[in-house]
Amino acid sequence: MLKTVFTSTALATALLLSPALQAATPSDALVQASRFDDIISLDPAEMYEISTFEVATNAYDKLVAYDLDDTSKIVPQLAESWEVSEDGKTFTFTLRDDVTFHSGNAFTAEDVVYTFARLAALDVGPSFLIHDLGITPDNHEDVLKAVNERTFEMTLSEAFAPSFVLNVLSGGNFSIVDSALLEEQAIEGDWGNGWLKNNTAGSGPFQLDQMVPNDRIIMSRFDDYWDGAAELGRLMWRHVEEPATQRLLLEQGDVDVARNLLADQLEPLRAEGTLQFVEATLGTQLYMGLNVSHEPLDDVRVRQALKYLVDYEGMVETFMRDAWIVNQTFLPQGMLGHVDSEPFSYDPERAKELLAEAGYEDGFSLSINVATNQERMDTAQAVQASFASAGIELEILPSDSRTALTTYRAREHDIYLGTWGIDYFDPNTNAVFVANEDNSPEAAANPLTWRNAWQEEELTERVKDLALERDEAARDEGYQALIEEWQEVSPFIMLFQQVAIAAVRPEVEGFRLAPTNDGNRHHRVSKD
Amino acid sequence: MTERSLAAPPRLLGTRLTRRIRSLGGLLASLALTFLGLLCITFLIGRIIPIDPALAIVGDRAPAHVYERVREELGLNLPLWQQFFIYVGQVLRGDFGTSVLTGRPVLEDIARVFPATLELATLGILIGVIFGVPMGVVAAVHRDRWPDQLVRVIGLVGYSVPIFWLGLVGLLVFYAKLGWVGGSGRLDFFHEGIAPSVTGMILIDAAIAGEWDVFRNALHHIVLPAALLGYFSLAYISRMTRSLMLEQLNQEYITTARVKGVSEARVIWVHALRNILVPLITVVALSYASLLEGSVLTETVFAWPGLGRYLTNALLAADMAAVLGATIVVGLVFVGVNLLSDLLYRLVDPRAR
Repeated sequence: MLKTVFTSTALATALLLSPALQAATPSDALVQASRFDDIISLDPAEMYEISTFEVATNAYDKLVAYDLDDTSKIVPQLAESWEVSEDGKTFTFTLRDDVTFHSGNAFTAEDVVYTFARLAALDVGPSFLIHDLGITPDNHEDVLKAVNERTFEMTLSEAFAPSFVLNVLSGGNFSIVDSALLEEQAIEGDWGNGWLKNNTAGSGPFQLDQMVPNDRIIMSRFDDYWDGAAELGRLMWRHVEEPATQRLLLEQGDVDVARNLLADQLEPLRAEGTLQFVEATLGTQLYMGLNVSHEPLDDVRVRQALKYLVDYEGMVETFMRDAWIVNQTFLPQGMLGHVDSEPFSYDPERAKELLAEAGYEDGFSLSINVATNQERMDTAQAVQASFASAGIELEILPSDSRTALTTYRAREHDIYLGTWGIDYFDPNTNAVFVANEDNSPEAAANPLTWRNAWQEEELTERVKDLALERDEAARDEGYQALIEEWQEVSPFIMLFQQVAIAAVRPEVEGFRLAPTNDGNRHHRVSKD
Repeated sequence: MTERSLAAPPRLLGTRLTRRIRSLGGLLASLALTFLGLLCITFLIGRIIPIDPALAIVGDRAPAHVYERVREELGLNLPLWQQFFIYVGQVLRGDFGTSVLTGRPVLEDIARVFPATLELATLGILIGVIFGVPMGVVAAVHRDRWPDQLVRVIGLVGYSVPIFWLGLVGLLVFYAKLGWVGGSGRLDFFHEGIAPSVTGMILIDAAIAGEWDVFRNALHHIVLPAALLGYFSLAYISRMTRSLMLEQLNQEYITTARVKGVSEARVIWVHALRNILVPLITVVALSYASLLEGSVLTETVFAWPGLGRYLTNALLAADMAAVLGATIVVGLVFVGVNLLSDLLYRLVDPRAR
């Protein structure tokens, strides 16, 4: 028996040690190590998870997209040009006539009508994006029109700011789908939703070959892409959860790009100097929400004091370095309306004065709900320490992220520490930090203001009006002025804005990162 | 006392058959009860944890009416007992529901993730047994001398070092520095999708298809995580083998054998070892079953798309159809491994026949 054991062990070892592994990735493929276990549905109308948008933007086109070089601008995609009527309600898009879908079907205005009607009528999570434009399951037939094959027209009930409407349409949920193909796949009036969850029906530079949840996604080049076929033949994403493993795969050349490296991995790699590092500031912000229905957070002076009790700079210089930058506004950098306004810094003396004015010189205790994620726990602990300098005792309540979110939505927290990401590249997407139209427990909408039980009617009206401001410069200034007033009174301590860093192997050329996954198309990436 | 005197007296064929049928009926009934209990407890845990599964589907920003509709579709507005009965009814009809997280039928998900775990766990337990048993025997024979101490230290490290850390160090040394094994994942990009999936276990699929390059690549990828799992079961198996052997080596029949002039190797590796096989099978079966539940940390470090990570992700999202489906699989694994070890008892021990 022992003999057999030794023989088989020797054999196995010989097999393993036999000639080297093929380390490099194929020369016509871009292989990325990333995390995509959040993907639920690939259907553009239904997708809501961050990773899904990167798959979709490579498979689909939209009417318009935001400009990667100046994210406050809109550029054409399937629409060649557009016009807004005098009264500001009718948008007319002239469409490209040289576009075919992956199926071979030609793209026409009917596809746009179908796509928008589908998003409105399915009434799924992201449908609110089109409902916000006044296009609903009941009225979409009257609002959306294919005037001819190359002209699409929509007449909205209100004269929204054109920048707002176009920015909304640049979001991934408005990806144009192949209506003829989906009608073939539709079952019982589901608009093809059941089929599209795991397939794609677009006109983009790549088409989906294989999608294995939590394991791999493979896309291949669409040779007839209207804007010129992609440089590389295939895109592959491998789900690699652990950043340290991503680093090893990258160094060995088993992947071309690693998307989730942390400062610990980045520093030695930067020191080596062989890799490229591509960065983008994202539309994701980390903030603390203060529940004003819990004393003493109802007092604006207490909320201001807490804003002076956070060491913003200290955190981004230490454990948050590389991945986050300070941003105390409710809009991410690079967005229309954003202003570099940072009125708060760590100032315990100022905080104590404010607390004394409010009658809390002896301090009080609060709790904070946090997801058990390294960065957030570190942040909560740093805040706990700095709050203590003014006699405020902060109890940290760690839990799984969905548990923390459920508590937050039930308005049961004192303080909630979490992130918020934009839905589309327009300031109106973050009006949830400002507007609250119904603060009652049974309100139909639960924006972040509602979750913190905070309502300021004057600010609500102003932010609503800004969605209707048709003068773009006035709109920009309007948000900037609003931000500065809001910072003083709001129940939000805005901390940081996220920065994405991809580590890329030297042979890869043209890899870019955008502020949202909507912009992460890889058809111009090539390899030496 | 000889083995023969303990063997069951011969019985009439008829009685034996009825006994078999009766015991089979009893077995099935107790299995059904076990599964019902298992489902009931898992279901309750899933409903008590303060996570809202509807949120996972519609996202954080959906308006209230969409959210309410999804809650109704999931049946979350019904009383708990009714939800449970509906679920059990569906399971009995072979419908395990759809996973919230992957948007696919739970059965399809399990058919994908379980073979990955099965492949890894089987190789792991083989490594654990092949190395663990001889190490335990050697330790027992050389009790309190250096081989014993060495085995003890190896076992102790296996028990106490976090598998996560060991996995990363293993990757660093054998993959990054030496290049002996493949990185994380089950295959390299080049070999992806070549061998058609029949069993879901890539080694077997590649062998069936005769794709030996794919087979070798898969082996390169699996060997490190399997060795790691093997090491952890080895730690347990070698300790247990040692103490079982020590017990046997003090028995009189060993002395008798030695007195009769049987070679020392034969005394240890045949006489004594044969007598510890039954308890040893239980030890191995338990280790195997626990590996088959999936090792979340190993699967995370090695990006191995197995059952452990599937179950954990599902639990953290209150994706109850997936959690319950995976729980049933874990239950089946325990039952299956128990039956298997029962069969093995009969093979190695005539008294159990």
